[in-house]
Amino acid sequence: MAEMMYWEAVRRAHDEEMARDPLVICMGEDVGVVGGTYKATSGLYDKYGPERVIDTPIAEGGYTGLGIGASFLGVRPIIELMSVNFAWLAMDQIFNSAAKVRYMSGGQLEAPVVIRSPGGCAHQLGAQHSARMEKVFMGIAGLRVVTPSNPRQAYGMLKSAVRCNDPVFINEHELMYNMKGEVPDEEYFHPLEGSEVTRQGKDITLFGYNISVHWCLEAADELAKEGIEAEVIDLYSLSPLDRAGIAASVSKTHRAIIVEEAEAPVGVGAEVMAIINEACFFELDAAPVRVSARNVPIPFNRTLEKAALPNPAEVVAAARRMLGR
Amino acid sequence: MNTDDKKRLLREMLFARRFEERCYEAYMERKIGGFLHLYPGQEACALGVMEAARPGHDYVITGYRDHIHAIKCGADPKAVMAELFAKESGCSKGRGGSMHIFDTAHRFMGGYALVGGPFPLAAGMAKAIQLKGGDEIAICFLGDAANNQGSYHESLNMAALWKLPVLYITENNLYGIGTRIDRSTAVKDQYKRACSYGIPAEQADGQDIEAVYHAAKVAVDHVRSGKGPYLLELLTYRYRGHSMSDANAYRCKDEEKEWGKRDPLIILRDQLIAAGAIGEDDYHAIDKAVIDEIEQEIIPFSENAPEPDVAELERYVLAENDPWVRPAAGGQQ
Ligand SMILES: Cc1ncc(C[n+]2csc(CCOP(=O)(O)OP(=O)(O)O)c2C)c(N)n1
Ligand SMILES: [Mg+2]
Repeated sequence: MAEMMYWEAVRRAHDEEMARDPLVICMGEDVGVVGGTYKATSGLYDKYGPERVIDTPIAEGGYTGLGIGASFLGVRPIIELMSVNFAWLAMDQIFNSAAKVRYMSGGQLEAPVVIRSPGGCAHQLGAQHSARMEKVFMGIAGLRVVTPSNPRQAYGMLKSAVRCNDPVFINEHELMYNMKGEVPDEEYFHPLEGSEVTRQGKDITLFGYNISVHWCLEAADELAKEGIEAEVIDLYSLSPLDRAGIAASVSKTHRAIIVEEAEAPVGVGAEVMAIINEACFFELDAAPVRVSARNVPIPFNRTLEKAALPNPAEVVAAARRMLGR
Repeated sequence: MNTDDKKRLLREMLFARRFEERCYEAYMERKIGGFLHLYPGQEACALGVMEAARPGHDYVITGYRDHIHAIKCGADPKAVMAELFAKESGCSKGRGGSMHIFDTAHRFMGGYALVGGPFPLAAGMAKAIQLKGGDEIAICFLGDAANNQGSYHESLNMAALWKLPVLYITENNLYGIGTRIDRSTAVKDQYKRACSYGIPAEQADGQDIEAVYHAAKVAVDHVRSGKGPYLLELLTYRYRGHSMSDANAYRCKDEEKEWGKRDPLIILRDQLIAAGAIGEDDYHAIDKAVIDEIEQEIIPFSENAPEPDVAELERYVLAENDPWVRPAAGGQQ
């Protein structure tokens, strides 16, 4: 198993799928000649040509809709939205066309399109480049939402998403493209549903997804020093959420903290709490807690920005409180 | 277009008119619910363009005023009416409704309710055709008011840039619901807007099916020969309100009267009578045959068709048993 960076893993998935199937294409702003803002499509333009590696105009609604229309006829577009903040401009097509066409056609038509985009907060990008939009996509019936927390998932999920017949939104992260991790040398397909037990524990469950999995792991290391064994669950599929996996872990540890980079209202944490209530309320020894971003547009000032976002220390503090330490 | 073609088209147009009028009645009887947008007045547009194209072979997409487009592509009128009746036998299994008629077997790729939504979808279908190397074209029918959406401009730009085999039809009926075109749109002639993207465009009389056909033939040939997109504007008028919930109080009676004189059905009928191809009696005989078909076959079929099963409410949200959702290799689930 080789180590590779997250962007290399995404790139490899593109390359393998495009080599396999001439109807797999990729498109987006600067994905071709430039090779992608985060290099996720680098080298593909020279290899597959401008017909299949398409530099689009800056018209998110237009080219997302175009990709969806192409998918009606069996093309498998991988659309890169340069930043998830720009996804709002494509939302009509994602929401009204891709996610609904199977249903409103009575199962006749489908939109097997992959839309991938970096979300999350990087460093001082300001309010309009720091959105965390997973909560928006999760609420759309007919759309799958996954969010890889490491290069292995990034590679394997894109491979599965390209082949899956549903529209899939892949929520990546601005800060994670240079993260290194092991990726199988042989071809590998990651599930688009479920969750992963990233670290076993018996005292408390820390639920994370994407970057917050890493905050949970850091917090778990810290808690281990105090003799607290935290379990870390990676909710790599946000839609659908893994009800069984969530309930299994809470039934084991009886305590739950959900760690999300986004603001709390109408978010992943709220949804996981609801699932816990519905699925395993009587297993709880303490009320579940969310560690979330503050509900503000992300400020430019570095100190304010840091204060707006959750961090591992907050997770540790929340766990201690929950365990009465 | 020879006389036999025109006679056939007269029947198709009469059918379209009677079909839509019957929808109106069924709505009043509360057999059809929801939004219902009817086509009388504009029949020559869909029928004339598709006469010049290859129905069932070319990919067609449109807005919510979609029944006749679907039928001309080859959809079974019984399945269309059953869809309006929200039945399981409807072409969209009762999940779509009037605004979402689909028949992919005949390459009618759907009616969409968001004004302007189909523009990029059509460009995308054209991109797929280009990649696959087929001789089909994509045809997108939308209204005049849709041209003010950003999606129109984004799509025309991409279609021209990549020389996509897509034909855009603007059915200019002068209104977007109650707002007249001169109150919403800086450019009166819609075909002129295509020139900002270097797309060839033409304007034609949308009430005369022969004029539509000839203009569409040029357009279709252009697109099919690989020269890139084309835009055809058809000047037309709807004889009813925007939808069933529209009181239609905003149009002046003189305007309605003037356009009433240019009824596409009457124009075609009179052409055929003047040419001696049919007589008044023939016209009435065709009309009766059409009404009989609707009353004796289409309506009973739709009324007797089964309701969807509530147990299947959650079907068609996602693909069923898709192997790539939980692939054998990998993951811990
Ligand atoms: C995005 C969007 N905005 C508004 C509406 C409401 N609406 C439905 S039809 C319509 C008018 C469209 O007029 P036009 O495109 O000329 O088509 P016509 O109805 O005349 O055939 C409006 C405003 C909608 N369905 N979608
Ligand atoms: Mg109009």
